[in-house]
Amino acid sequence: MSKRLPQVSGEWIDRSQPIAFRFEGRDYSGFVGDTISSALMACGVKVMGRSFKYHRTRGVLSMANHDVNVMVQDGARLNMRGDVTPLEAGMDLRAVNTFGGLAKDKARILDYLSAFLPVGFYYKAFHSPKFLVHAWEKLFRALTGLGRVDFNAPRIKTPKQYDFTDVLVIGSGPSGLSAAISAANAGAKVVVVDEQAGVGGWLGYNRGGQHDSSAILQGLLKTIAAQPNIDVRLSTIASGYYADHWVPLVDAKRMTKMRARAVVVASGAYDQPAVFRNNDLPGIMMASAAQRLIYRYAVQPASEVVVLAANTEGYRTAVNLHNHGVKVVALVDLRPEGESTPYAGAVAALGIDILVGHCIYEATPTSNNDGVRAAVICPRNAEGVVDTTVQSVLACDGIFMSVGWAPAAPLLYQAGTRMRYATHVHQFVPDVLPAGVFAAGRVNGVYDLTQKLKDGERAGQAAAAHVGLGSGPSVSVAPEAVSPSHPYPFVDHPNGKNFVDFDEDLQLKDFYNAAQEGFDNIELMKRFTTVGMGPSQGKHSNMNAIRVLAKITQKPIQEVGTTTARPFFHPVPLSHLAGRSFYPERLTPLQSRHESAGAVFMQAGAWLRPEYYGAAGVTREGAIAAEVQAVRTGVALIDVGTLGKMEVFGPDAGEFLERIYVGRYSNMKVGATRYAVMVDEAGVVIDDGVVAKLGDNHFYFTTTTTGSATVYREMTRLNTQWGLNVGIVNVTGSFAGMNLAGPLSRKVLAALTSMDVSEAGFPYLAVREGDVAGVPARLMRVGFIGELGYEIHIPATYAAHVWDEIMKAGAGFNIRPFGVEAQRLLRLEKGHIIVSQDTDGLTSPFDAAMSWAVKLDKPFFVGQRSLKILNEKARKQVLVGFAVPGSYRGPALKESHLVIDGQRIIGRITSVAFSESLGHFIGLMFIEMAQSAVGSHCKIRVDGKLVEATVVKTPFYDPEGARQKLEESA
Amino acid sequence: MKLMNCPINGPRPLQEFFYWGECRDMPNPDTCTDGEWVDYVFHRNGAPGVKKEWWYHMASGVWFIAVRDTQADEVKETYLYGAGPHHE
Repeated sequence: MSKRLPQVSGEWIDRSQPIAFRFEGRDYSGFVGDTISSALMACGVKVMGRSFKYHRTRGVLSMANHDVNVMVQDGARLNMRGDVTPLEAGMDLRAVNTFGGLAKDKARILDYLSAFLPVGFYYKAFHSPKFLVHAWEKLFRALTGLGRVDFNAPRIKTPKQYDFTDVLVIGSGPSGLSAAISAANAGAKVVVVDEQAGVGGWLGYNRGGQHDSSAILQGLLKTIAAQPNIDVRLSTIASGYYADHWVPLVDAKRMTKMRARAVVVASGAYDQPAVFRNNDLPGIMMASAAQRLIYRYAVQPASEVVVLAANTEGYRTAVNLHNHGVKVVALVDLRPEGESTPYAGAVAALGIDILVGHCIYEATPTSNNDGVRAAVICPRNAEGVVDTTVQSVLACDGIFMSVGWAPAAPLLYQAGTRMRYATHVHQFVPDVLPAGVFAAGRVNGVYDLTQKLKDGERAGQAAAAHVGLGSGPSVSVAPEAVSPSHPYPFVDHPNGKNFVDFDEDLQLKDFYNAAQEGFDNIELMKRFTTVGMGPSQGKHSNMNAIRVLAKITQKPIQEVGTTTARPFFHPVPLSHLAGRSFYPERLTPLQSRHESAGAVFMQAGAWLRPEYYGAAGVTREGAIAAEVQAVRTGVALIDVGTLGKMEVFGPDAGEFLERIYVGRYSNMKVGATRYAVMVDEAGVVIDDGVVAKLGDNHFYFTTTTTGSATVYREMTRLNTQWGLNVGIVNVTGSFAGMNLAGPLSRKVLAALTSMDVSEAGFPYLAVREGDVAGVPARLMRVGFIGELGYEIHIPATYAAHVWDEIMKAGAGFNIRPFGVEAQRLLRLEKGHIIVSQDTDGLTSPFDAAMSWAVKLDKPFFVGQRSLKILNEKARKQVLVGFAVPGSYRGPALKESHLVIDGQRIIGRITSVAFSESLGHFIGLMFIEMAQSAVGSHCKIRVDGKLVEATVVKTPFYDPEGARQKLEESA
Repeated sequence: MKLMNCPINGPRPLQEFFYWGECRDMPNPDTCTDGEWVDYVFHRNGAPGVKKEWWYHMASGVWFIAVRDTQADEVKETYLYGAGPHHE
C-alpha cells in the first residue's frame, strides 16, 4: 500500500528515477532522493528496527539523523541511519539489532522481562562475585553491540582535504542563510554547510499551510546565487569544533579540515519528544519528522493522527497535515492557556478538535505491536497533575509531537561557550561565546521567522567584523513572546514504558530510581542510567533528563547543568579518520647498490640500512660471518651515510664544541680527529661521534644515525642562548659516507687517489681532504671496527660513482660490502659501545667506563656540574666486557639477559655475540661495582639456566690496537 | 588544531612546532649548591598558569620564546630570544 503523496512542491525525490532495494529479505522500491526510511515509509513499512535493550518495535522518530533505532546494515556498511542515509540501487538492508530478523526477533521477550532489567542493571551486574561477572560478560557480549563486522572488508582510503574561509556558517536554515548573506555583503568569503541533502532547513518543510516560507527560501537562494563569495555545501556535517576555528567537515567521501577565521553556529534545535506511556511505538514521531516526510519525500506519515502540541509549531503541523490529506483527529495542547496566535483559529476552522490543557496519558499499541491504535487523552492542569478519571480514547495510527526543543549546541560547548537556561524560551542559550564564535537562530533561542532572519543578519555582521570586515551588527532582535518549549512534557504512568531515552530504553521511573540510589547529580545520573550515552548522544534525551532531575532535586535547571558532548558529535566512519599508513623512510644515495648486491634491510631510526648481504644458499649467520671475515682478513665496504654529519664554522667553533661535548677540542691540531661524547644536563650520555678539525675555525663532526636531527636542533637552541660566533650546518643529507675497512683497504684506496695514504702521511685518527675516484672527499682514519680503515665522506650525488669505483678497484682483493650486523659484531670485539644500546636513560660516561673521555677541568660544558656531583659519589654499576668459556654449548646469550647473584639481579647484558675470531661468546654488561673487577666470575641466566661468565678486559680483539694502525698491508 | 605565531613565519599550525620545555635560568654551576643544581636539572613545575617556554618552528629551524597560559590554553605572545619584553 503506497503512502506516496501526489507531487509536493519543493520535494527532494526524483520520480523519474525509481530505485529497487531489499529490506529484511523483501523487495521494495523508492526514488532517487529518498532516504532509506522515507522509501520504506512510502512502501507502508512502519517497523524498521528493534530497540537496544528491550527489543521493542521502533520506526521513524526525527528524520533528522537521530533515528538510532532505525540502523541498518548493507554488507560491510554497518549502522547506517535510515532516516538520513540516501537510498541506493541494489541495497540489501537488514536491521542491526535483531536475533532472527526484525519481525520475529527472538530477543523481543526482553520487553516482557523488563521488570528484571532495572536501571543500572549492567552497572550493577559487574559488581557481582567474580565467577558471575564472567557469566554476565558472555551474555552481554552476545546481547549488546550493533551490526556485524566483516573482518574481510577491504581497506578504503579516504583522502583528507584542507580548506580555508573567512566565515564558516553551520546550518542552512533561515538564520544560517541570512548570516551568510550579511557576512558576504560585508566582504567576507563564506562557506555554508548543512548535514541535510537539501538547503533551507526549517524553511523547506514548515509551511503552515501557506507558501510564505518557501517564497522566503527562494528569495534567500536567489541572493546567494548572485553572491560569488558564498559556497553552500550540502550533505556535509560540521562534526566538531577544535581550537582556533578548526572544524572537520564530513561528507560521504571525505573529511575536509576547515580553518575558518570566524564561525557562525546556526545549527538549529532538536525536536524533543513528550514522555508518556508507549511514546516509542512506530507511528509516534516528532511533528518535524512528519513534515519532513511530507515536504521532502512526499510521503504521507500516517492517515489519522493526534497532534500533541505545546507551541505554535504543533498548530502549523496540524494545518500542513490537513492540507496533505491526513485526518487530524484532534490537537492536544499541553498548555492550559492554549495557543495565542491566529493559528489557533486556523486549526479550528479546519474542523479539528483542540483539547487545551490535556495530555496523552498513553498510546495503545496494535495487537501485534507494530504501531499505534489509539491515544488516551486526559486533562492535565498547570501543575502537571493528570486527571485519569476523565479519559477519552481517540483512534489513530499516528501521534505527532511538538512540545519543545533542545539547542543543537554541541559545537558551541566544544568551542567553550558558557550556556545559560533562559526561562522565556525554556532552553539553554549561549551566555558567553568565545571570540570569533557566533550563534544565530534556534540554537540562540530565537524561533520567530522574522526574528531568525534578523538574528542571522546580526551574527553574520558580527562574524565579518571579527575578521575585520564591515562595521558590525546593526540590527536588533526581539525576544520570543511565548516559550516554544514546554518546561515539563512528562506524564507519569503506573505501568511505565514512558521513554525518556530511545537509544537506551530508559523510562521515566528509571530516573527516579537512579536518584533514589543516590545518583542525583547530572554527571552521576548519566553514568548510572547511561542516558545520552547511546548512538544519538542524548540529542533527544539529555534535555528531558535534565528536566526530570531538576524536578526530582527541586533545583533550577541552570543549577542542574548539562553534560558536554565531545567531538565528533555525529558518528564518523573510521575510514574517514584513518591515516594513509604513510611511514617516511630515509634512503642513502647508495640504496640501488645495496639492492643489486642482495641486501636484507633493517630500520635504523628513520633510515633503511643493509643488515647484511644475502646470497643463494647462505644463511643469515653465514653471510654475516663471511662479511666479518672479509673485514678482518681482506677488505670490505660499508655504507655509513646515515651518520649525522655537521659542520661548525667561525672564530668560536672550538669553544662551541668544548661546551657541547665532554672532551677537549681546543688543543686539537688541524688534520686530527677525536672521539666525542655528548651528555645532557643530568650528565646522561645522549650521543657520540667523531670530531675532525679541518681548519682553525672549521670542524666537521658526526653524530649517531638516530640522533642527528635532535642533536642539531639542541645545538642551535644552545647557541641561541650562548650567542657564540659560529655557524652550524646539518649536512647529513648532503654527504654520503662509506667505510673502507680491512688490512687490504690501503691498497684499494691507493689505486683511487692521488693522496699520500701511507701510515706516515695519513696516520691513524687523522683527517685528510683529497680526492677519491676523481671526487673531492674527506677521509678519516677511524677505529670503530678495529682494522685499518678509511671513512670516506663525499658529496651525496657522487656516492654511487665512488662506491662503484671502490668495488672495481677492490675486485682483485675480493672486496665485498658488509652490513650493520657485521659492524655490530666487529665493534663489539673492540669493546666499543653503541649509545642507546649499551647505554640507557640513566647512564653517565663514568658508568659506561668512559671516564677517560670526560675533561671535568674545562671551564664549562653541558652536564659538567652533574658529572662533578656524580664523580664524588660511589658508583653503583659499570659497563664491563665479559666472556663465556668456549666449551659452552647451550642456547645463545641475548641482550637483556640478567646477571644473577643468589637471589639478586646484579647486572644485565647490553650487547652479546658469538665471536668467530675468538671462538666464544663475548659481550658487554652492566654489573655492580663489587663484581666488576677483571677476572671476577658471575652467572648469567639464559633461558632459566645459569651460565658461567668472566669479566674480561676490553678490547676482546687486538687489545693493543695494532691492526688499526697497520704499517704494512698483510 | 591550534595555530601558533612564529616570530619569523607568522601563524602556522601547531604540528609544525616542537615544544622544548619551560625556560629555566641555569644557576651558576661554579657557585650554586648541589641542591640548587639538582632542583634546576630535575624539578619541573607542572601547575597550570602562565609559562615562558622554548618552542621551535621545525620547518624553518627558528627557536623562539612563547608565553603561554596553560590553564586557558592560550598563547599570549611569542618573540625571538632576547627580543622579549624583559630582554633576557
